Amino acid sequence: MAHFTKATSVKDWLNQRLAIDKVEKVMMSEYWIPKNINFLWAMGMVLVITFALLVVSGIFLLMYYVPTVEEAFYSVNYTIMREVDFGWLWRHVHGVAASVVFLIIYIHMFTGIYYGSYKKGRELIWVSGMLLFVAFSAEAFSGYMLPWGQMSYWAGMVITNLFSGGSLHADGLVEWIRGDYVPAQAFLGRFFMLHVLLIPLAILGLIGLHFGALRIPHVNNQDGEEIDFDKEAKKYLAGDKAGSKVMRFANDFMSKDMMVVGIFLVFFFYLVFWNYGFAMDPVNFDPADGLKTPAHIYPEWYFLWSYEILRPFSVDIGLIAFAFAQVIFVLLPWLDRSPNAVPANRRGLFAIWFWVMLVNLIVLTAMGKLPPEGMFSQIGFVSAILFIVQWLLLPIITMFEKKV
Amino acid sequence: MKNKEPLILAVVVIFSLITYYLVEPYAHHVMHKHVESEHFAYADLPALTPGGDAARGQELVMGAGACTGCHSIEAAGVPAAMEPQMAAASYGVNPPDLSNAGVVYDERFLADLIKNPTHALKVEHKYTEESGKTHPMAQFFGAGGDIDLEAADMVAYLKSIAVKAEDLTPKMAYENACGRCHAMSYENWTQIGEKGSFKFKKDELAFNIKVLEYEDSLKAYMGKLPPDLSMYIRSRGEHFVSTFVENPQSQLEGTAMPRVGVTAEAAEKVIEHMKDAGDTKRDERESIGMNVMIYIVIFAIFALLWKKQVWRDLH
Repeated sequence: MAHFTKATSVKDWLNQRLAIDKVEKVMMSEYWIPKNINFLWAMGMVLVITFALLVVSGIFLLMYYVPTVEEAFYSVNYTIMREVDFGWLWRHVHGVAASVVFLIIYIHMFTGIYYGSYKKGRELIWVSGMLLFVAFSAEAFSGYMLPWGQMSYWAGMVITNLFSGGSLHADGLVEWIRGDYVPAQAFLGRFFMLHVLLIPLAILGLIGLHFGALRIPHVNNQDGEEIDFDKEAKKYLAGDKAGSKVMRFANDFMSKDMMVVGIFLVFFFYLVFWNYGFAMDPVNFDPADGLKTPAHIYPEWYFLWSYEILRPFSVDIGLIAFAFAQVIFVLLPWLDRSPNAVPANRRGLFAIWFWVMLVNLIVLTAMGKLPPEGMFSQIGFVSAILFIVQWLLLPIITMFEKKV
Repeated sequence: MKNKEPLILAVVVIFSLITYYLVEPYAHHVMHKHVESEHFAYADLPALTPGGDAARGQELVMGAGACTGCHSIEAAGVPAAMEPQMAAASYGVNPPDLSNAGVVYDERFLADLIKNPTHALKVEHKYTEESGKTHPMAQFFGAGGDIDLEAADMVAYLKSIAVKAEDLTPKMAYENACGRCHAMSYENWTQIGEKGSFKFKKDELAFNIKVLEYEDSLKAYMGKLPPDLSMYIRSRGEHFVSTFVENPQSQLEGTAMPRVGVTAEAAEKVIEHMKDAGDTKRDERESIGMNVMIYIVIFAIFALLWKKQVWRDLH
């Protein structure tokens, strides 16, 4: 058994039992961050804060939300929006944060792609990040069902229908997922459970993995420079703070994190109070009606690009393309054959690949919302093909990339 | 080395804004027909014949015009002949009480409505010869004089008994213009009136039965039950509601909903009432929004100063 002495202070008492000094060093003061990074490296902290806003607002909403098909719409739009003090505020914060979190996720993701932060020991950071993306997507979708408005119902109908697998006609699987022939009480009940318990648990676990995966390889930097963290850390600890290439996570980088978070929150609360329409679709303020299909059914903006990869093709090919789009990003560390972990602008063809990918995803996003008619469906079709072709080309163009 | 952060920020902001523009304003512009407001001018209807006289109008309304055969006028001591659900069983919908018609509805609209209901209401497509249906409101064919002047007389009378425009509350405007077809459950409004509280369950059930009977007649009359408007200000937005009320056919061709014929002021009040039901916290949102903004800006300034202080030693 470990040897315990009489504690000289509360801190000492805790130190003997929890090694808080050591934990503090590992997680904060001696967690070394390169200095040559920019504000994009603060997106992780912005995501943590946004996730915290989602959890806190979600807890308040959970106190009054009623997960039954008869009461759900009423509990959201009457009880929470009218009766509960600040219920409207929590709902707007929750709705806007759910949308904005995806904007930040996409910025975070493309930062990783641009700077090659999925290579050389950082593969697991990328993979756990993509798993988080999947978990957040599931969380967003299940949450979208809960107000039980027209878009909840019909998006639920359309998305669960995907599991029939086109020509496979796996209708039994669809019924099993819904617990009914159509989205109804069983469906709402299980998506409620997923949204407030199972998926949040998975997200918390994945966040732990994501942070853990980061600790040993350290974060990347904006110049693709290989840094000897031990040597630079010694320099810093010896007092040469300005000469060292690294800094402490806390308070050094944390102070910049907080500065970015501050600016982000100004933008976020502007949206919450004055421009929330994009995150709270008007159609969903009509109660669910299984006999009245809305004129346009579309997912929230962050799913539009993958929806558009599904839509321009015939059912079976569309589903295959859709499945391809869902998993292909995860494989990026292995599809990129180049050993260069440097910013895309120094990687020749890959730079073009990156910007075309980004612009094409925006085009797909726009076409995913627009009605699939005339010009829009043609643009969508070409963009979807381009997306697939780009991924097929990636191993080839990166294989011939010159070592920098 | 050169600070690239402003450039990076510009790239992030520009790509975000382009995406926002494409999926929000642009996509909605493509998906939804844009209808310009006509400012409730009812320019398609003839102007009122001048010289309308309220005293002559009263005689017509109570006598030859035969309005009170179906309409109650509580303000003039003419009570409803039957309960709403009974009236709806006879006419399809409860004929409105005319006490405040003169302030809620536009004068051109009223005059045209008296002479030719389906024309003023823009429901001629429902009452074609082939359909064999006739509008429940009988046309006024004149009482022997100039029919346009007679209509103007009746409008003058209706205006004379109505409350003043400034005394028309949003709730009254809604109940007059919309409330006989559209329930508003979040405001306890049913098509037969406000649902109060009941001491005995059986009284409540009796009330509910009347509502259901009324809704059955209404369904048969309109083709489907007109929607509850509690959340319509959020689901449709102010512009849609306003232009739809002005002329339902402009947004939804062939709809069974008649043109309502409200004045611009009454339309504003109807919308205000819809906000009172579906967007009750709009003022609180503004004031709390400002306070939160002030707090967050101060936080951001302190965060910036902290960063500057910490990083002074790092360079």
